[in-house]
Amino acid sequence: MQNNIDSPDGQNNNDYESWLDRPKYTNVKTLEDRTETRIPQGTWVKCENCLSQLSIEQLEKNSYVCLKCDEHLTISTDKWISLLSDKNSFKELFSQIKTSDPLEFKTAGNSYKDKISLLQKKLQVDEAVKVGRATLNDIPILLSVMEFSFIGGSMGSVVGERIFLAMKMAADKKIPFISVARSGGARMHEGILSLMQMAKTSAGTSMLSKAGSPFISIITQPTMGGVTASFASLGDIIIAEPRTQIGFAGPRVIQEAVKQKLPKNFQSAESLLENGFLDMIVSRNNLKQTLSQIINILKN
Amino acid sequence: MEVPILLDFEKKKLGSLHAKLKILYAKREKREKDYQTIKKLETKLQSKAAVIYKKLSCWQRTQVARHSSRPYTSDYIQHIFKDFIEIHGDRLYKDDRSILAGLAVFNGRSVVVVGHQKGRNTQENIEFNFGMPNPEGYRKALRLFKLADKFSMPIITFIDTPGAYPGIGAEKRGQASAIATNLQQMFSIKVPIIAIVIGEGGSGGALALSVADHIHMLENSVYSVISPESCASILWRDASYKKEAAEALKNDAKTAFRFGIVDSIIEEVPGGAHRDSMLTAKHVGEAIEKSLKTLSRKSVATLLAERIEKFAKVGEFL
Repeated sequence: MQNNIDSPDGQNNNDYESWLDRPKYTNVKTLEDRTETRIPQGTWVKCENCLSQLSIEQLEKNSYVCLKCDEHLTISTDKWISLLSDKNSFKELFSQIKTSDPLEFKTAGNSYKDKISLLQKKLQVDEAVKVGRATLNDIPILLSVMEFSFIGGSMGSVVGERIFLAMKMAADKKIPFISVARSGGARMHEGILSLMQMAKTSAGTSMLSKAGSPFISIITQPTMGGVTASFASLGDIIIAEPRTQIGFAGPRVIQEAVKQKLPKNFQSAESLLENGFLDMIVSRNNLKQTLSQIINILKN
Repeated sequence: MEVPILLDFEKKKLGSLHAKLKILYAKREKREKDYQTIKKLETKLQSKAAVIYKKLSCWQRTQVARHSSRPYTSDYIQHIFKDFIEIHGDRLYKDDRSILAGLAVFNGRSVVVVGHQKGRNTQENIEFNFGMPNPEGYRKALRLFKLADKFSMPIITFIDTPGAYPGIGAEKRGQASAIATNLQQMFSIKVPIIAIVIGEGGSGGALALSVADHIHMLENSVYSVISPESCASILWRDASYKKEAAEALKNDAKTAFRFGIVDSIIEEVPGGAHRDSMLTAKHVGEAIEKSLKTLSRKSVATLLAERIEKFAKVGEFL
């Protein structure tokens, strides 16, 4: 279920007439490489898309959206949290739930266990999701943000459990649940347990529905596989950032299966909106305001 | 009588017996002596197969689960149910033939049956799209689940798919959304749901029919987050490491049972379900009957709460 995303330098891009026509997702590096694309420390940052030099200060003010080309740059989980929640309102929950290695999963020379501890040290992030309580323009919410740099934001037991418990808490308190998704899909290293997290998080959405807690799903670059095919597609309202790649099967898998060129803007947020699977595409600058507007209307 | 194709790991020990049986089966006018020989050879084959099948690797089980003679959803429907009436279409776009669905009678009780359908030959496989559903298949299934809910009929599903179809149209028409909707909605269906993994439990495409109160798995069926081939091509960067990937993924029934995902493992005859479809179907029927008895006694509230609880408790962490 986890999908590799075509690398930017791959030959697959030759099918497009010019580089301008290429869908934005071709800029995404492979899942493994993605760890390097977080905003670095320093005064200047290069836009991932148009390569303009942008000052951190400017970007900070503009929610890390490129001032030249509107590219929504990849930001860390903590940046997302501060973007959507009121200052110092976020209290992390369920962080005591830690990753184990239930299958003792090994590939040639690499163990899942080692990979986890290596990433935890390197990224200072303990898993592919962080959940917690917060307020959004003074509205109490439960917030969940995925972290793509951690094994492609993939969903294993810990991600499923944290999201499920946060949904359950939102349902119990009858408050909104807001999720920011970015994920390659279900995590292979935990086998069938990962697959079952799709059902588990979907069970959580069913509890939210029954409790009357609004569930707003925000889909960001990129969201694929088992995460798209579970809770991320089950929001009462589904919002995506511009040009996000959203899909089930990866483009390479599809291309191999159907043996034909993929259409322009295939699996882009814009085409999903056109086909009726998204409610809206919202620029990161307007996101918090849009969310509070929706919640206020729904809860009124 | 037909002789099923031998899998690579069976050839060495069963090859010569198979060849002899093939000749005898094909003989037009069999004499009493021939029948005796057949019987003798079959018994011998079974005991030899039993030795091989006692200890199969995860990759070998994957091969058995994909065997072209393995009983499919349609076979179970034929053997276990009465008065099956096929229902077509999702009432939105299309009839997806990779999912076979309908009304039937099981041991005197009205039920809804839904399952992935594979084909035995090229023509059938084109017709059934190799058991890989498009969004319409999942929507047809959900329509039937709601029908079952409305008329208080238990639901029985058969799981046997390589996965949801990775196509351009499938994506455009909301493959992910269709699967997700089933996962969510199945938690609100107020009748017992029993799922049986009969062959390949391929990822989200399989899960979308298996949010059930009881899940049973045939001994040599597999259930996993990703196929060994795809896993190998991502993590080993080479699909030919499928054997290693299957072992790493531990896609067998025992693992699913150990993690509390599967409620029971249904035994197969030595040599795999395809060597005795009737007997396998009988065992599957018994498992369904047992589950139905237990589940029918529960109130709707208990049933729904326990269904959520069943999936809520799946996960391993520190």
